[in-house]
Amino acid sequence: MIPIDKIQATAYTLMEMAAIEIPEDYLVGLKKAAADETGDLSSFVLQAMLENYEAAKEDRRAMCGDTGTPRWYVKIANEARIEGGPVALEAALRGATASATQSIPLRPNRVHPLWRTDHDNNVGIGAPEIEYAYEPEGSWIDLTTVHKGGLFGTDYRMLFPSDGIQGIKRFYLDSLVAFGKRGLACQPAIIGVGLGGSKDACMVHGKRAACLRTVGDRNPDPKIAELEMELTELGNNIGMGAMGFVGKSMVIDTHIEVGYCHTGAMQMSVHAFCLSSRRACARVYAGGSVEYRTDPEWYTPYQRRETVTWPATEPSRKSA
Amino acid sequence: MARHGTLKKVSLSTNPSPEDLAKLELGNVVYLNGVVYTGREGVYMKVLQDGAELPLDLPGESAANFHCSPAAAPREDGTYDLSAVSATASFRFTKWMADWLRISGAKLILGKGGMSPEDYRNTFVRNGSVYLTTVGYGTGALLGRGVTKVRDVHWLDDLGIAQAMWVLEVENFGPFIVESDINGDSLFERENKKIAEGLPKIYEGTKPAVLKRFGETDDRGDELI
Repeated sequence: MIPIDKIQATAYTLMEMAAIEIPEDYLVGLKKAAADETGDLSSFVLQAMLENYEAAKEDRRAMCGDTGTPRWYVKIANEARIEGGPVALEAALRGATASATQSIPLRPNRVHPLWRTDHDNNVGIGAPEIEYAYEPEGSWIDLTTVHKGGLFGTDYRMLFPSDGIQGIKRFYLDSLVAFGKRGLACQPAIIGVGLGGSKDACMVHGKRAACLRTVGDRNPDPKIAELEMELTELGNNIGMGAMGFVGKSMVIDTHIEVGYCHTGAMQMSVHAFCLSSRRACARVYAGGSVEYRTDPEWYTPYQRRETVTWPATEPSRKSA
Repeated sequence: MARHGTLKKVSLSTNPSPEDLAKLELGNVVYLNGVVYTGREGVYMKVLQDGAELPLDLPGESAANFHCSPAAAPREDGTYDLSAVSATASFRFTKWMADWLRISGAKLILGKGGMSPEDYRNTFVRNGSVYLTTVGYGTGALLGRGVTKVRDVHWLDDLGIAQAMWVLEVENFGPFIVESDINGDSLFERENKKIAEGLPKIYEGTKPAVLKRFGETDDRGDELI
C-alpha cells in the first residue's frame, strides 16, 4: 500500500522542483544552442536565460514569473495499491498544487474561462488536469508534473495522406514561424509533434511528446527518429532565434508521437514547450520510499503497444 | 560563437527625462531603478471603463507600467512573498493603451513581445513613450532579484493576485531590451523583415495543405497579432 501522505508530500516537492530547477537534459541542449548561436540579440537572450536558471536555483525562486498551468501525469504500475484509492490520489494532487502555488509561491494562473473567478491556487474546474497511464509490472506509482505555458506555440491541422512528409514539414514550419515571431513561443524549445489519432488524441500525443520526453531521446521507429532529427534541423534553419531575433536557436529537440488514425487522415499537432521546460518526476514505492528524477520515462514499449494483448503478440497484418 | 557582449547596456530611471528616452536605441539592454507598477486588463478595465480613481500618483510615483502578473502570495503578517516576475504578451492591450498613456503619463511600457507598429506610431510617439521588452522569455528569477520591496498592492481583493496592481521598488531591475524607441521604430519589426527574406527558401519543396483554412495567407511575412 502506498501511503497517501507520502504521495501528497512528494507531489509538493515536485511542484517546487519543476518551477525552480531546469532539467539537466534541456540545460545541456540549450548550452549547446547558446554556443552555436551567432546572432548578437539571440545570443544575449540565451546567455540571460542561463544566468536566470542559476539565480532561480540559488534563491530558490521560480525560473519564470509565468509558472504556467501545472498539470499531472500519473503512471500506476499494475500491482500498485494506493491508500484511499484513486479519489484520495486526486485530492492529494489537487492539495499539493494549491499549497505549492501559495507557498513557493507560483503565479495563480488558473481562472474560470467566462467569469474569470480566481481561487489564487491554480485549482478549479478541470484544473489541474490529471492524466493516467499504466504499466504491466510493479507496485509503484510515478508522479510527473509539467508546468507548461498556456497561450502560444500550439496548433493543430487536419492533413491527409496525400499531404505527405512535405505537408508535415510545411505545417511544422508554419507553427514555428507563426509563434516564433517576437518569441511568443518562448523558443528555443522542445517541440512535440502529434501525428494521427483523432483531433483530441492528436493534441494529446503532441503535447506528451513535447513534455514527457527528454532531449536526445529518439522514437523507436527508425524512420520516425530520422524525421525527428530532420525537423529539428529544419527549424534551426529558419533564420530565427530566441525572441524571434535573427539567429538559429529555435528547436532544442523534436519529438514525434503517433497514434493509429482514420484510414483517410493524417492529423498533425505541434506543441512548443518553453525555455524553462518545467517538468519533475518521482516514483513512490509501496513502502513509501521515493526516487526523484527529471526524465518522466513515460514512453515505454507498453505505452506504444500496437497489439491486442500484452506481452506482445505479432499483429496479423501490418499496414504500410 | 556568441557575440552578446556587443549590446549596449543602459541604466534608466523609472521616471526618465525626455533626454534619457531620446538616447535609447533599438536593441539597447536596459536596467531600471525606481518604482514600477503592474497593470494589465484588470487594472485598465477598472480605471478606464469603471472609472475607478488611480490609487497612487501617476506618473509622479512611477512612469513605468509593467504588463505583468508576479508569482507572489500575501503573507499572514500583511507583507508579500514575491518569487519570480515575468511579463505577459502586450499585444492584447492595444484598445486601452491610448487612454492609459494619457491618464497615467507612463513613459515606459514594459511587457512581452512588444505591440504593433501602428500602436507605436499612433499612440506611443504622441505620448513620448517607449516600449521595453522583457528577455527570454522570461528571466523571472533575475527580475525577481531586482525587486527590493513590494511597496503596495492595490485592488488585490477585487482583481486577485494576477490582475491586481503591484507597486514594486526596483534596483538594477532587468534585463529589458529596447523594442520601440522614441520615433516609434520597432526592433521586432526590423528583425521580422530580415527573417522574412529567407523564408521562401526554407519552404522550398513544400506545398499548401490539401485542405485549406479560412483566413489563410501564403505570405509568411505576415504577422498574426
